[in-house]
Amino acid sequence: MAIEVRIPTILRNYTDGAKAVDAEGATLDDLITNLESRHPGIKDRLVDESGLRRFVNVYLNDEDVRFLGGLGTPLSDGDTVTVLPAVAGG
Amino acid sequence: MLTISQELVDKIVAHARADHPDEACGVIAGRNGVPERFIPMENAERSPTFYRFDSMEQFRVWREMDDRDEEPVVIYHSHTATEAYPSRTDVSYASEPNAHYVLVSTRDEDQVEFRSYRILDGEISEEEVRFIP
Repeated sequence: MAIEVRIPTILRNYTDGAKAVDAEGATLDDLITNLESRHPGIKDRLVDESGLRRFVNVYLNDEDVRFLGGLGTPLSDGDTVTVLPAVAGG
Repeated sequence: MLTISQELVDKIVAHARADHPDEACGVIAGRNGVPERFIPMENAERSPTFYRFDSMEQFRVWREMDDRDEEPVVIYHSHTATEAYPSRTDVSYASEPNAHYVLVSTRDEDQVEFRSYRILDGEISEEEVRFIP
């Protein structure tokens, strides 16, 4: 089950510069585990002990996964997952 | 060095003044490092001490830039009570390594502070700003 994952500039050092990579998983959680096996180190930039990192936005197709099921969001073949670091500051 | 048109500078400053005392934020999209398209963003925090792009608005804008082969050349926000220098939170959340981070201070009603920085791996480097007509 192939899912396209779009990678932001700041994380492309984990993907040899690729803007998008393929990964697999029945849920977002599975997908991130699968991504980690292909691109070691990336998982820690996306999640911490409490779940998705607060300043990382993850979208399934056109929706923010926070409004879907967070890490438990189910994925289907052909979905696109987009990662964008939140633009924020003080 | 950031080279930017006076027209874009005026738009950033006007946005910062309009949202004062809350922080204003936005993007200037462009190609090859040239800032061209002014995109004011909503500060989802509506706060005088914090800003965050609304996640859905950010998604739409980032996708639009992607479709147009643009990048976020400038990411700007205002400080409303302090100098135009990146705060600790600005540094910890800086996530666009190629962007010029522009800070505007609206603490003085009559004077504008407009400064630009690169923020990379937790390091701030201020850069010269060249204003062009």
